Amino acid sequence: MAQVADTAQKYMGGGVLRKEDPELLTGRARYIDDISMPGMLWVGIVRSPFAHATINTVDTSRAANLPGVRAAYSGADLASEWADGLPCAWPVTEDIKIPKHWPVAQDKARFAGDPVAVVVAETRAQAADATEAVDVDYDPLDVVIDMEAALGDGATKVHDEFDSNSCYVWNLEVGDVDDVFNNAAVVVKERYYHPRLIPNAIEPRGVVCQPNLPQGEFILYSATQVPHILKTTLALTLGMPEQKLRVIAPEVGGGFGSKLNVYAEEAICVAVGRRLGMPVKWIEERSEGYLATIHGRDVIQEMEVAADSDGKLAGVRANLKADMGAYLQLVTPGIPILGAFLYHGVYDCQAYSFTCTGVFTNKTPTDAYRGAGRPEATYAVERIMDSLARKLEKDPIEIRRLNFIEPFNEAREVASGLSFDSGNYEASLDKALEAFGYDEMRAEQQRRRDSGDTKQLGIGISTYIEMCGLAPSQVLGSLRYAAGGWDAATIRCHPTGKVTVVTGTSPHGQGHVTSWSQIVADELGVAFEDVEVLHGDTAISPLGMDTYGSRSLSVGGIALHYAADKIITKAKTIAAHELEVSEEDLEYDGGIFSVKGAPDKSKTVAEIAFSAWTAHNLPEGTEPGLEATYVFDPPNFTFPSGAHLCAVEVDTETGMTRVEKYVAVDDCGNVINPAIVEGQVHGGIAQGIAEAMYEEAVYDDNGVLMTSSMASYRVPSAAELPSFQTDRTETPSTTNPLGVKGIGEAGTIAAPPAVVNATLDALAPMGVYHMDMPVSPERVWAAIRNARGQEVESRGKDTTAAGSGLGSADTPGGDA
Amino acid sequence: MRRVSLTVNAVEHEAMVEPRQLLVYFLREQLGLTGTNVGCDTSTCGACTILLNGKSVKSCTVLAVQAEGTEVTTIEALAQDGDLHPLQQAFHETHALQCGYCTPGMIMAALDLITNNEDMDEDEIRTGLEGNLCRCTGYHNIVKAIQQASSEMRSFATK
Ligand code: FES
Ligand code: FES
Repeated sequence: MAQVADTAQKYMGGGVLRKEDPELLTGRARYIDDISMPGMLWVGIVRSPFAHATINTVDTSRAANLPGVRAAYSGADLASEWADGLPCAWPVTEDIKIPKHWPVAQDKARFAGDPVAVVVAETRAQAADATEAVDVDYDPLDVVIDMEAALGDGATKVHDEFDSNSCYVWNLEVGDVDDVFNNAAVVVKERYYHPRLIPNAIEPRGVVCQPNLPQGEFILYSATQVPHILKTTLALTLGMPEQKLRVIAPEVGGGFGSKLNVYAEEAICVAVGRRLGMPVKWIEERSEGYLATIHGRDVIQEMEVAADSDGKLAGVRANLKADMGAYLQLVTPGIPILGAFLYHGVYDCQAYSFTCTGVFTNKTPTDAYRGAGRPEATYAVERIMDSLARKLEKDPIEIRRLNFIEPFNEAREVASGLSFDSGNYEASLDKALEAFGYDEMRAEQQRRRDSGDTKQLGIGISTYIEMCGLAPSQVLGSLRYAAGGWDAATIRCHPTGKVTVVTGTSPHGQGHVTSWSQIVADELGVAFEDVEVLHGDTAISPLGMDTYGSRSLSVGGIALHYAADKIITKAKTIAAHELEVSEEDLEYDGGIFSVKGAPDKSKTVAEIAFSAWTAHNLPEGTEPGLEATYVFDPPNFTFPSGAHLCAVEVDTETGMTRVEKYVAVDDCGNVINPAIVEGQVHGGIAQGIAEAMYEEAVYDDNGVLMTSSMASYRVPSAAELPSFQTDRTETPSTTNPLGVKGIGEAGTIAAPPAVVNATLDALAPMGVYHMDMPVSPERVWAAIRNARGQEVESRGKDTTAAGSGLGSADTPGGDA
Repeated sequence: MRRVSLTVNAVEHEAMVEPRQLLVYFLREQLGLTGTNVGCDTSTCGACTILLNGKSVKSCTVLAVQAEGTEVTTIEALAQDGDLHPLQQAFHETHALQCGYCTPGMIMAALDLITNNEDMDEDEIRTGLEGNLCRCTGYHNIVKAIQQASSEMRSFATK
């Protein structure tokens, strides 16, 4: 194996423009809402306006009599369609509480947005009208919105069948943690709230189901990241033979985790299509999506580190409460576990403890949002490293350098029990400091401090690590994840010399068609243009695990590499036979087998593809055709890392805070397409800055989502964001033969602590040491006002102490 | 139903529409021009941006009947004879799109911006794009694409 590893690289690593673009640029791409078919009906969903309510009656008669309405169903009407509830594929502990999650609620609504009835009409507008004509009689119940209140004695229960709102407690403990903390010279403990976020892929979700009744087959088109997972799990929910369900992800307009799920509307559309025998379509309205599509984060973190008097880390203790929302979606409980092993960041220590309590509340379920668990971990680590530095009066750079795991090129075990694949954390930090002009920026900051400038400068650092390519199936099994971590690729060499690639990954903006073409073009020596990449259709690509968690290249791309290896192995046998030499006498480079010492005696892969097709003269026992499939199950995760530096300017009069400079040096191992990697970094940073400064899903005490539309939830535009300076270091992964690590989430993981650390750095001279995200101008202003007020009354109040965390920057009582 | 006549991408159309029909759905569902996308219900995202009499507007905020007698240009009209428009080409070359969902609206907004403003600096471009959201690119390369296209389009115009 690995015959192609050293082959000449013509396309890989180079500046190849994306094959995907022309369709997208000219408006010819086909997204879910562009699909329509004869006789197609529209589905509308009636949703509970209450966060918690008993459903007494659902009267659909008025709706059913409206023009164009073909059917209207209550939850009870559709109950017979479900063989099981919607799936939760990650029961993280043995005793986890998993509530039944029917696609349409039957007895109770448990969050504002819970589906309670379904209408089917001839047009989009008629369906919308009909949803308003369904009369539902509710008895509103008490709600639980706050996680800590939800865990309190006598709290209202989200699910009556359980004894409390605690969904699970997951624990990891390595070393003698208590002993390390009891004997440490320095202990820092802080509490952070990581806000609830709304993913906001610009394309809303949508579903079209086409029942193809003669064969009893159903085609489900969905704006999804996970057609393969959807096929298997929906077959179970719908009690439908899996081979009768084909799932197609058309062009998908962004996901960020929000389309990594199995949603009620997907099940509903297949069920309704099955009942009526007609194609049906549902397209989410944005405001509807704010309720119906998963949210991300919403985690309270108590973070504690123990260190010696120099600041060398000895122990880490993280205690989380994670809001599940009202139900468990596909991997809801597992999200914190994706960060569970990373609470010592790139620093390592001897003793490690992580505990997470999952909590039910009457809110939209949470699940994977870009970064999933790792932004939370990175935020906690990078915030507390700054606090440790402050406590010891050290520069934050110095404290990080002191604690970095030294460079390593072989996998090495770390305290949390993982084995990091490779890393060089100093190198990316050095490069970032230089690009940032760190010393000059510090000097400028000092000047402004000395002169009492109203525009103060803050500098923030984030030396992050993440784990990607989720990964060995066995390990995922031991974490109780219900699926594997493998992926598949097929390469089909056509007799005309062209190549079709079938991948199990399901891109929605990441440019797999381009990157996969680069890999195959180099490895098989064919033209980039001659490679076609097919994806996102379970009938065409039956094997796959889809796209999320920055896994596509480091798992699916590696499957492709090994499939190319299989092609070459077979082609070599045929080439040797045709050239009448032994295989050992052949060398392979860039698609050409040539006889050692007689380079004019050669065969190309394309020529072999033709003779494998005619099959006129194949070696004994060789199957005709040149096609190979490989399923790759990675031996380990990958661990991308990097250093992000951010400078913010804070107007101390108004609180106005702006990112002035942002430098990112990422290490995602070897790179196939630098422009695509950079693009992923840009988008990730933008989402990270958004998280740090602008976005938060806010509920009122009744469980009504206050940030209920794109007009009130602040997705930043170009006007709020700066340009980014990006660079890379390349420390090849030891997990796979291409040395690649993944880059889809890095920016979103790295940016929040860089921005918040920078903001706090600007405010530190005023005695502000803690704020929770988003550090919006309003909160910054309030924090400055509070600090100034307190200067008179209680000089030196320790705002980093436990309990001063959550919301402390905007606690009532300030004069804001 | 009301009658409406308008010119879309240089083709004259006359059609019957419901009075409440939004222009964006008229374009998408009645004329089959699905290049113009819908990303929100609050006129926030800009995915639906088109040119109406040469000015960029969000076609989700216009009723089809209000477009009576107007000239509408959508993303489908930009590429000519298989050649990308300089703005499309610049988006391609600078990797200013990922999922592509915001792209048609972004390009139509940028086209108006470039046509009506000479020598924009980065801040002006960013402010000019305020009404168009992209969740994938972080806008970095979109700003670059517009800078590149605007200098190309101007030097082309002065030739
Ligand atoms: S669809 Fe969002 S502004 Fe028009
Ligand atoms: S490219 Fe995906 S929203 Fe802009």
